[in-house]
Amino acid sequence: MCTYLTSTAPVAGSALGADGWFALGQAVVYFDHPQDAAPEHALCIDFRPGDDSDPSRRVAVELDAASARSLAAQILATLDSEEVRVLTAG
Amino acid sequence: MSDAMQAETITIAGHGGDEIEAYLARPLGEGTHPGVVVIHHMPGYDRETKEIARTFAVRGYAALCPNLFHRYAPGAKSGDAAAAARAAGGVPDEQCVGDVSGAVAHLKGLADANGKVGVIGYCSGGRQTYIVACTLDVDAAVDCYGGGVVVGADQLTPERPVAPIDMTPKLSCALLGLFGAEDANPSPEHVARMEAELTANAKTFEFHSYEGAGHAFFSVDRPNFNLEAAKDGWKQIWAFFGTHLS
Repeated sequence: MCTYLTSTAPVAGSALGADGWFALGQAVVYFDHPQDAAPEHALCIDFRPGDDSDPSRRVAVELDAASARSLAAQILATLDSEEVRVLTAG
Repeated sequence: MSDAMQAETITIAGHGGDEIEAYLARPLGEGTHPGVVVIHHMPGYDRETKEIARTFAVRGYAALCPNLFHRYAPGAKSGDAAAAARAAGGVPDEQCVGDVSGAVAHLKGLADANGKVGVIGYCSGGRQTYIVACTLDVDAAVDCYGGGVVVGADQLTPERPVAPIDMTPKLSCALLGLFGAEDANPSPEHVARMEAELTANAKTFEFHSYEGAGHAFFSVDRPNFNLEAAKDGWKQIWAFFGTHLS
């Protein structure tokens, strides 16, 4: 099946693309047919500049559902650790 | 029958007169030829879809695949263009119909056209095929596992404002539907609902649902490829277009 559910999160940071680092503006998240990954459906994230510049300027990941959940949990666990809480407080 | 064909990227007038990229594969044999618009799947206007267009040309059909994502990333690789279209919210149905209308006009304008044009679409293109068949004047349509034909009001968006199933009374041509019985969308329940709606509106249609097959069973490079379903599906396509486009 094709899904049409797409969410976009504003993100700040940098991503390393084929031509070097670029400033990020948004992450587009969806669960659908991947371009390359093996599963018929994958959790896909396109990290993009957030403007209408070169469409090839993106970093794409396609994860199977279990990997995506594990990654999300690891990200939150890292951010919730006491060491990081101190650094990001305020 | 000659199997010689020629394939190339061209520019056609799409929705609103916009110039968009399209892939044309046409038979080189003598005589006139029917046309087929190939609507690509959600992953994009890619190598695999162009291969499908060439397959039609080898069988004597002029096949034209409009790049529905062209506006979002002109000249980009198919994957980048698909991502750009996704980020922009997806292709509006009205824009798709306009692009396909341009493709139909281009095919009818070919010097060796026989005047008949069919439409076939895969995955999201299957849904778009259903909409096109209910909107444009075409001679036959093939919906290959198009999900999202049967949707509720909560799934409508500005880009997709009308449930395709509600367009059924306006279906103007014969419809062939090819589905996987293991697919979640369209599920067997969705397919049954479509059959009921088509029957209630006295439409000409023919559905085949393959046991053991899921979504995208035609895709030879994807995990859901199903040999038996794909072989029979192609057989049904040739018979259906042979009947309605000759």
